[in-house]
Amino acid sequence: MPAPSQPTQYILLPVNPWFIAFTLVFSLMLNLLPVGRAAWTLAWPDWVALTLVFWNIHQPRRVGLTVAWLVGLLMDVNNASLLGEHALAYSVLSYTAISLHRRVLWFSLPTQMIYVLPLFLAAQLVIMLIRLAVGGGFPGLVYFGAAFISTALWPLATYVYLAPQRRPAEKDENRPI
Amino acid sequence: MEYTPPPFFRQGPSALARLIAFAALSLLLLVLDARFKVLERVRFGVATMLYPMQRAARVPGEAASGATGYLALQRRLLEENARLKQAELTAAERLLRSAQVESENTNLRAVLAMRERLPVTAVAAETLYEARDPFTRKVVIDKGTSDGIKGGQVVVDGAGVMGQVTRAYPFVSEVSLLTDRDQAIPVQVVRNGLRAIAYGTPGGVSGIGDAGAMELRFLAANADVREGDVLVTSGIDGTYLAGLPVATVVRIEREAGYAFAKILCKPAAGIDRFGQVLVMNGERKALPAPPPEEVEEKGAKGRRPKRRPEVNVPDPAALSAPPAKAPAAVPAAPAKK
Repeated sequence: MPAPSQPTQYILLPVNPWFIAFTLVFSLMLNLLPVGRAAWTLAWPDWVALTLVFWNIHQPRRVGLTVAWLVGLLMDVNNASLLGEHALAYSVLSYTAISLHRRVLWFSLPTQMIYVLPLFLAAQLVIMLIRLAVGGGFPGLVYFGAAFISTALWPLATYVYLAPQRRPAEKDENRPI
Repeated sequence: MEYTPPPFFRQGPSALARLIAFAALSLLLLVLDARFKVLERVRFGVATMLYPMQRAARVPGEAASGATGYLALQRRLLEENARLKQAELTAAERLLRSAQVESENTNLRAVLAMRERLPVTAVAAETLYEARDPFTRKVVIDKGTSDGIKGGQVVVDGAGVMGQVTRAYPFVSEVSLLTDRDQAIPVQVVRNGLRAIAYGTPGGVSGIGDAGAMELRFLAANADVREGDVLVTSGIDGTYLAGLPVATVVRIEREAGYAFAKILCKPAAGIDRFGQVLVMNGERKALPAPPPEEVEEKGAKGRRPKRRPEVNVPDPAALSAPPAKAPAAVPAAPAKK
């Protein structure tokens, strides 16, 4: 789905499902990295959420709510948190991303970032509400920093995740697309 | 004639319908997990599946620490070696004395016809990482059910109690630190034997640091607790062994408006550090049945207030304390009629 308003229009190759799976697994690994508990690591971005939103917007028919829910369950087990917490947050995230996907890609990258920031914030808010409901404490505003950092990574994700689809189908010296 | 949409347009249920279904499923899981604890098997399975990925994610960190270890200066290693030898000597001296004290203790217990303490076995483990959940304080250690770890076991490091195993997976276990919000530990003040329960307060407390602190709740505003008091486990719950160092009282706020004092303590163990820990397979004896009422009254007459008999204090701070005040000097409570 190329965005017509963008200055450079690529005709993208069809996406490789294995590449999507690879990006999901890789971002899950980044989330599993034992980064410790220093103050700044509270804002360690949620790579899985970023990848999920990206594919939900670009390939809503391949990566939908089912994938989001299952990945959320894995995150719950890894984080030693309540089962279903991340699953619910990622489902909400996926749903909002899918309902926005027709609109978002018509905008430039900075505007897209404005669209995805509330999604990440909402996902974190869902998790926080669940924890507050079962008696947790407020972790401080740094907690929401992760959403901003995830948003800041959006252009990078766009560049990296779309790179395989931007290759020319046939290599041709005279027609470098 | 009926028309069905061509397969291209068939996308299954709408996104909203899916959201509702998945949200309901998640909420169900949440309630089942938080209230009824019936999903441990599911968690167990998923954790086992996830283990290779977790293992792989640890590789960069291990490689980095391995590289720094390899490049460590010889001078630093020599210094460390000397320091460790010194520490070993000190420990050996204390250990010799403790062996003697222990045999004496056994004899005295035999004399008093009390149950002997069960020997404690321990499994050495290493902390791998801290769980990234900002709402709890948990670490993951590298031993699991395959090494005999069970939920509920006590985890200590060189300086004191660190926490308790809350979930054991096949190869790793989750340890709830003492500073976790839901973690409580029965303690007593070494100086005067006052018993209390210490709860975790996860947030950073000024003067204690970001690692979290502990709080003694529901102690009267005039309770005999001073800053600098050492707290050890009282062993009263049958889970924690008695006498393990837990924390030091750092700050006490007594306000006239409140019935209880606010007592903040700093954990003795290196809660925010990584390293070697011991998972203790503590004595799990059943608590004795409460004695009949009339015996209780007869026993209490003319006696000191009843106190837990088996209090011994192995930690060095207590050894240097005046012996007359140490709780070890308290005579045995009436055990027999």
